[in-house]
Amino acid sequence: MKVTLKIWRQPDAASQGAMHTYELDGVSEDMSFLEMLDVLNEDLVARGEDPVAFDSDCREGICGMCGLMINGQAHGPEVTTTCQLHMRSFKDGDEIVIEPWRADAFPVVKDLVVDRGAFDRIIQAGGYISVNTGSAPEAHSVPVPRDDAVRAFNVATCIGCGACVAACPNGSASLFMGAKVTHLGELPQGQPERDSRVVGMVAQHDAEGFGGCTNIGECTAACPKEIPLDVISRLNWDLHAALRHGH
Amino acid sequence: MTDMPDTTLTGDPSHDAPAEHGDDAVGYYTPGDPISDTKSPEGPISERWQTRKFEARLVNPANRRKLDIIIVGTGLAGGSAAATLGEAGYNVKSFCYQDSPRRAHSIAAQGGINAAKNYKEDGDSVHRLFYDTVKGGDYRSRESNVYRLAEVSTNIIDQCVAQGVPFAREYGGLLDNRSFGGVQVSRTFYARGQTGQQLLIGAYQAMERQVAAGTVEQFTRHEMLELIVVDGKARGIVARDLVTGEIQTHLADAVVLASGGYGNVFYLSTNAMGSNVTASWRAHRKGAYMANPCYTQIHPTCIPVTGSHQSKLTLMSESLRNDGRIWVPKSKADCDKDPRQIPEADRDYYLERIYPSFGNLVPRDIASRAAKNVCDEGRGVGPEVDGVRRGVYLDFGAAIERLGRDAVEEKYGNLFDMYARITGENPYETPMRIYPAVHYVMGGLWVDYDLQSSIPGLFVTGEANFSDHGANRLGASALMQGLADGYFVLPHTIRDYLVDGPFEKIDESHPAVVEARRSVQSRVDHLLSTNGTRSVDSYHRELGNIMWEYCGMERSEDGLRKAIDLIRTLRDDFWRNVKVLGTAESLNQSLEKAGRVADFLELGELMCIDALNRRESCGGHFRAESQTEDGEALRHDDQFAYVAAWEFGSDPDSGGMGLPVLHKEDLVYTAIEMKQRSYK
Ligand SMILES: Cc1cc2nc3c(=O)[nH]c(=O)nc-3n(C[C@H](O)[C@H](O)[C@H](O)COP(=O)(O)OP(=O)(O)OC[C@H]3O[C@@H](n4cnc5c(N)ncnc54)[C@H](O)[C@@H]3O)c2cc1C
Ligand code: SF4
Ligand code: FES
Repeated sequence: MKVTLKIWRQPDAASQGAMHTYELDGVSEDMSFLEMLDVLNEDLVARGEDPVAFDSDCREGICGMCGLMINGQAHGPEVTTTCQLHMRSFKDGDEIVIEPWRADAFPVVKDLVVDRGAFDRIIQAGGYISVNTGSAPEAHSVPVPRDDAVRAFNVATCIGCGACVAACPNGSASLFMGAKVTHLGELPQGQPERDSRVVGMVAQHDAEGFGGCTNIGECTAACPKEIPLDVISRLNWDLHAALRHGH
Repeated sequence: MTDMPDTTLTGDPSHDAPAEHGDDAVGYYTPGDPISDTKSPEGPISERWQTRKFEARLVNPANRRKLDIIIVGTGLAGGSAAATLGEAGYNVKSFCYQDSPRRAHSIAAQGGINAAKNYKEDGDSVHRLFYDTVKGGDYRSRESNVYRLAEVSTNIIDQCVAQGVPFAREYGGLLDNRSFGGVQVSRTFYARGQTGQQLLIGAYQAMERQVAAGTVEQFTRHEMLELIVVDGKARGIVARDLVTGEIQTHLADAVVLASGGYGNVFYLSTNAMGSNVTASWRAHRKGAYMANPCYTQIHPTCIPVTGSHQSKLTLMSESLRNDGRIWVPKSKADCDKDPRQIPEADRDYYLERIYPSFGNLVPRDIASRAAKNVCDEGRGVGPEVDGVRRGVYLDFGAAIERLGRDAVEEKYGNLFDMYARITGENPYETPMRIYPAVHYVMGGLWVDYDLQSSIPGLFVTGEANFSDHGANRLGASALMQGLADGYFVLPHTIRDYLVDGPFEKIDESHPAVVEARRSVQSRVDHLLSTNGTRSVDSYHRELGNIMWEYCGMERSEDGLRKAIDLIRTLRDDFWRNVKVLGTAESLNQSLEKAGRVADFLELGELMCIDALNRRESCGGHFRAESQTEDGEALRHDDQFAYVAAWEFGSDPDSGGMGLPVLHKEDLVYTAIEMKQRSYK
């Protein structure tokens, strides 16, 4: 099939960007979306034009490296990552608009590549359990109710892609934070630092320039791992509890 | 162009000379001195690690912050090491090419991690895990390393649970286990189909905690392009900031490579797009031996290639073979039919036929080769790609009938969904199609018992080293090894080296630094100025085809010789005719790829030479010339019970590749008896 691509091109962080239009023929429906962009890039190189920069690594939907706004939707029309989207979700003659994640806290590096370093810094501010290597007790010394373990796992599947931020009109990272706070907060091992964790992470989140949550729910609709909205309630609950405890 | 990397060869092996049995690679290499692993203590195998830990000298806590360690890689092997060494108080600099340490390829591991906890009371023990790993590796690994791996495996689970890794649990709240990879005990811990992700996030969080504490400095979107060696010791790296293009010098008292595997030399593999050999290869060129580079694991259950646009292959968990039955039509004429129309009598369940006792559960290497054989016979299924159908059916029809659709969905639902998303076919209705794909490399940089390479001060961990899996890795053992190395082994062994530091201060003006930077700069300049006609990807794809055809599931003397010639020609053409656009001073993904492919083009040749030398079949390495009457792999312990550790054959006159030097490390087993594997 043949598609028309409108792609955001921006040489670097300091320059202005603009949309450019490319026609691409011979697209097969078995191609992944990123393989379609690979084909475009081969064409561009052959013509002596700079290929389009975009991020990807695992191409299996797990590393969280990929992420594009496709026709205004984070990761495109299906509930999956950009790398797992296939061209069979499009049809011959379609026009496809491709942009980078747009958020103040994710500056564009080049074309479709953004800087998500803010996510690492939020984790540094408390998204862990403090246990030095070698000091852990025997694994069976603390049983964990199966349901708690399952709930912790379900939200621990967040891949840190940033689609929630890109989809949110406020550019909030509350879903990402809520997933981490819930993952560690469901487990007995996560209790001792529960207060300091949430306070630290939220403070860093705000300092990075992410917006506040106004319960719109676009984040969870865009999330390829279907992280539920109630992790944000949990985040707020934990934050208020921590403040009550004098943090 | 003065600094064009010279790819000509000094030796010209005569292709017509008849090779002596076991001497196939004569003319392609220079024999070197044998090596032994000098760090492994003598004595009973179960006491060696305790002895070594005791004998390794201690670094005074006050001195640790004066010692700098560079760690390249943030996967399980690198992330765990950065966290642990940071906690101990060393100054750590951590590098990865992705935009966050959490995205290292370890994230993609699905199935699980082994540990000899014996929670099931099913007869498991450290010794049994040791035994299974050595046997699974077809008796080509170093026994003292493997024993240690089994020994520390139990600590890994304790550590991860304490970090909050949400492993699967039973109703009583204790950890669940499953059996994996054809062993007879249940020792695999797992977090649904995302074990690698959960373990890596645990290591990542521990490392980020150290970043906050100031002991670890992280450099994301940075690629190591050269090793700095001063007076024979590894003292730093040259890295390129992938965003600004800046070439940077980073100096340290020791360097750790945890840069993962090089399966992408085959172009198509289950590895991440950016997985590469550059860090290892640059170290190899500086004197680090590369061990058993030809040992490649080809995984039998991957989604087949659909066309030339294919950029990577996707693994389907091996657990599918527990209930799925593998077959192809008996007759070529049926290959393009709807499989549901082919009656039972016309189907060939070839694994069940050839291996009646293990059936569909034979080890990975055997299942893969059998699939290749039936497709080569013309009985493959699925679309033709380049004129051949490369696929076999993995059929859940019988399982759905026996267990019901719901039960199958409960067990394999997420895998079926992934398959449906990628292929557009519904595996509940029509059998899945699978084909083998390159998945893992057992080969890697040679290390001693301390995980130190042949360059003092250069340590290698995780998939990047060669030590624990011999010629074939068992399922769920790579995650175990990465974390064993990073959390529990390296932190003890590296101190015995660092205790003699801090080493003499050097700076940018040191001739070794100047030389390393010049070498990086000249490669970048050369790649950008060649302005030829072929894209980097087209070279990579062609190299991949050569490797897959001649150095893939089955290797032969003639094929390997041909491959070496083809690779040399291709490499030569690459340096004259590659087309890389853009500038050096910005994010330039073509330039990144070009550098990686340049190194793959050198590695590929060494892999073929290693495969040519090893005229035996063992584990993932199958030589057509070495098989039993019924086509099974045949080892030759009398000639090949050694590690082939290759030294880069630098040729000072041309600055290019000379003949590699082969150092043999004899494999001596004291705690286990060598046997021929049989799965019939
Ligand atoms: C699809 C898949 C499923 C798997 N499933 C399992 C399983 O169930 N159980 C199991 O035990 N094993 C499994 N494996 C194997 C296992 O995942 C890997 O062997 C293991 O995770 C490798 O870890 P590592 O830390 O050595 O390297 P990696 O995780 O590959 O990390 C490499 C790191 O090095 C960095 N790097 C590389 N080159 C450079 C450079 N030049 N400069 C800077 N940084 C660099 C990267 O950025 C990255 O951080 C699987 C593998 C695949 C592909
Ligand atoms: S919460 Fe979902 S959308 Fe947000 S980073 Fe995690 S996986 Fe991506
Ligand atoms: S490339 Fe890894 S999630 Fe898409």
